[in-house]
Amino acid sequence: MFKLSLNNLNDLFKAAAEGGALYIPADDGAGQARFTRWCDGMEMSKALKTVKSAKEFFFPQTESLVDFKMKGKEIEIIDPRTESEDFVVFGVRACDARSFSILDKVFLADPVDTYYKSRREHGTIVTMACSRPEETCFCTAFGVDPTAPEGDAVCYMTEDELFIEAKTEKGTAFVEKVKAVLTDGDAAPVEAQKAAVKEILPKLPLANLSTDSFGGDKLMELFDSPKWAELSASCLGCGTCTFVCPTCQCYDIRDFETGHGVKRFRCWDSCMFSDFTKMAHGNPRLTQLERFRQRFMHKLVYFPANNDGEFGCVGCGRCLSKCPISMNIVKVMKTLEGESK
Amino acid sequence: MQGKMIARAKELLQNGTVNRVIGWKAGDFAYDITPAVFNSAEELDAGFVYNDFCGANFSKYLVKESRKEGKILVFLKPCDTYSFNQLTKEHRIIRDNIYVVGVPCDGKTDGETLKLKGITGITGIKTEGDSFVVDTLYGEKTIAKADALPERCLSCKSKKHVAYDELLGEDGEVCESNRFDMVEKLEAMSSEERFNFWRGELSRCIRCNACRNVCPACTCERCVFDNDNSGIAQKAAADSFEENMFHIIRAFHVAGRCTDCGECSRVCPQNIPLHLLNRKFIKDINEFYGEFQAGEDTETRAPLNIFDTEDVEPSVVYEKGGN
Amino acid sequence: MIDETLIPKLGVVTDIRQDTPDVKTFRVVGTDGKKVFEHIPGQCAMLSIPGVGEAMFSITSSPTNTEFMEFSIKKCGCLTTWLHAMDVGQQITIRGPYGNGFPVESAFKGKDLLFIAGGIGLAPLRSVINYIRDKRDNYGKVQIIYGSRSMDDLVDYKEIIDEWMADDGIEVNLTIDREQEGWNGHVGFVPNYVKELNPDLGKTVVMCGPPIMIKFTLGGLKELGFKETQVFTTMELRMKCGVGKCGRCNIGSKYVCKDGPVFRFDQLSQLPNEY
Repeated sequence: MFKLSLNNLNDLFKAAAEGGALYIPADDGAGQARFTRWCDGMEMSKALKTVKSAKEFFFPQTESLVDFKMKGKEIEIIDPRTESEDFVVFGVRACDARSFSILDKVFLADPVDTYYKSRREHGTIVTMACSRPEETCFCTAFGVDPTAPEGDAVCYMTEDELFIEAKTEKGTAFVEKVKAVLTDGDAAPVEAQKAAVKEILPKLPLANLSTDSFGGDKLMELFDSPKWAELSASCLGCGTCTFVCPTCQCYDIRDFETGHGVKRFRCWDSCMFSDFTKMAHGNPRLTQLERFRQRFMHKLVYFPANNDGEFGCVGCGRCLSKCPISMNIVKVMKTLEGESK
Repeated sequence: MQGKMIARAKELLQNGTVNRVIGWKAGDFAYDITPAVFNSAEELDAGFVYNDFCGANFSKYLVKESRKEGKILVFLKPCDTYSFNQLTKEHRIIRDNIYVVGVPCDGKTDGETLKLKGITGITGIKTEGDSFVVDTLYGEKTIAKADALPERCLSCKSKKHVAYDELLGEDGEVCESNRFDMVEKLEAMSSEERFNFWRGELSRCIRCNACRNVCPACTCERCVFDNDNSGIAQKAAADSFEENMFHIIRAFHVAGRCTDCGECSRVCPQNIPLHLLNRKFIKDINEFYGEFQAGEDTETRAPLNIFDTEDVEPSVVYEKGGN
Repeated sequence: MIDETLIPKLGVVTDIRQDTPDVKTFRVVGTDGKKVFEHIPGQCAMLSIPGVGEAMFSITSSPTNTEFMEFSIKKCGCLTTWLHAMDVGQQITIRGPYGNGFPVESAFKGKDLLFIAGGIGLAPLRSVINYIRDKRDNYGKVQIIYGSRSMDDLVDYKEIIDEWMADDGIEVNLTIDREQEGWNGHVGFVPNYVKELNPDLGKTVVMCGPPIMIKFTLGGLKELGFKETQVFTTMELRMKCGVGKCGRCNIGSKYVCKDGPVFRFDQLSQLPNEY
């Protein structure tokens, strides 16, 4: 365990950004946090969470997949990727850190998504344990411990000090890199903070949220529940929940005419959008009810069915904060509770 | 007021005036209120709520709801009634299938606005006079309502209901609003400053479409941005030009029809002040064609729908002396 | 080198034939003149014209064809309209093969097979039928019941008449929806025709066609005494990635592009009815 005075945080960032990119949560123009490439003097946000999750470091909202040049009847195929640089994401919360292992199960499954894999390999994740969980937090329901996040290195922030501990080879390399600004720290303040947060966790309003009614074996009884109608009734069909979600990974592939070639890019998509499953000859999900149901069934039933019971939610609470009509996975779970035996 | 509303809704259900009620449904916290349709007195008792967090404007839901069997009761706040009128005027809602009860509004806030003021871990909220007393996981916080309201309420344009079948409570007046202050500031900027301002704001856009989907003026059966054949149906902005274009085209498309209800800015997860684009149009229309408030009534023809020889011809070319 | 699933390979269209008024069959090889990849009957490939679109099509030629692949494509959307308008020599992009394919080397082996198809639904079955014709000794009797709106809409009509019907041990029953001049075969819808023909219950059924045909034919087969476990079909949903990641063709815990497109009806009946 190493430590540093919070007064010297900028020195840590400076050392971390040496020879690569460093991203930290910083406040944007609207006063909300987002991961921002650090430059000298940039301050870390005090917010618990960024608006968008950290998934965009590995699965960006848009990325070029392949370029084409068209000449008469001929097509030239060009891989647009250049050598990626190493980067560090600092201040990732435990929920987001868990989301990476969920995304890995999709993108690293055979056949491997090389775009994602390359970013995973180049990225070092430095997580930050939570000291002030919020009312929208329910990560513990999905087995996440906010006092002991996953990640290559883990940080704890007390009133005036930052503690850091490497957990993996990449984490060790990170700590080595910034070692000049660190001193040896003892674990006592960290343990005290963990204990204090563990006192708060059971008091969170969603502390007792149960996943018992969900899982891969509950397929038809949940799918056929009449309650989807009322749950989805006022859904706007926007993509807010999907886009702020750390585990939503559906994507679209589209072509963009640049005027001197075609760029094929991948972008985030949402099963909440009306055209998600639309084909030339019809659409199997015609109303918002089916689209809404798909999103939650996927997280609570389909994903666990394919992944040894692991749910496709990390309890970050972003959908609770951001849904324009305040409908979210917690309300869905509470409403459907008991629908399956 | 909540009690009165529930009582009146029950009466109207009971006497058969309506067969269902669209209203606000309580959630897990003080602020996470969801629009919902209530079918019975029991459902109203179980979840109907009306408090300082009931910001959602139900007018757009009526496009679909008014096409269903039977009459629906809707509670509308003053600013919602402007959207309601506009939709009536555009024949997007079937007026005869709706029973409107106007309810007063002192401004509506939301959890996100409180959080931006640094109040986090909210477990309960009480209204005490002009303040919110907020219970949080980390102690009690008090904040003046005036500090806790979003911009759209701080610059409220009207507390007067312009459409209703009946009113609960006193009706208010059209307000002296300072809603064009920021537009004036933007107008005073150099074009480069203004461009930078908007790039700063719009670069945060994640193209979730929440602004469009909530907008009572956006009721096209099929949006051009959802049309694969339009050539501009990009899910994510392929470049910054497209990022701007989505919002600018939308602002153009609702110009003269936007009532300035402010739902676009309320729902934006990235807190982009989208209402400023619409207000620029409203201000221009006021200046070019005389004061006009969309949704004020259901008859007046909108300035952009009337053409006469006296019309100004605002354009960059014109301003520079060309023709 | 890792096989880049999302970066396609180049294909060249070497032959285009008009099958029906709205179906064309395209012959595709790689730029080296050889097949772009090998496949199993029932598998699909992503074809694309950059700037127009990319979509999943079943490979209609049999893997026993060592020279080229064929795709029978109905004109119905943006990309297919473009494909129908192009000329021989056009390059396209191609990636695959995707999906599970039909169990030609397991469940079908040694069995009497009944193919039921409607309209363009014959396209994915053609690959299996020709595979079986080329490995005739491995399979029992083959019956093909195929119907279309009209005589002109029968895909691969020439191949059916000249080759399939000429084969020993292959019974072909054609039908069209309405009476037509020059047609003296059966008239009527596929589901009814299947019931009329009353096929032997020992047959393994492979079915593909429009949803309404599938629905009624399946009902008819069950009435005759067939079990869901002996009826196979192949599905079509919107797809983007082809490898079970983009989320589009998700039905229950299955991804049609990866876990399908071939399903047995007992498997389908355990999934939500969202297709």
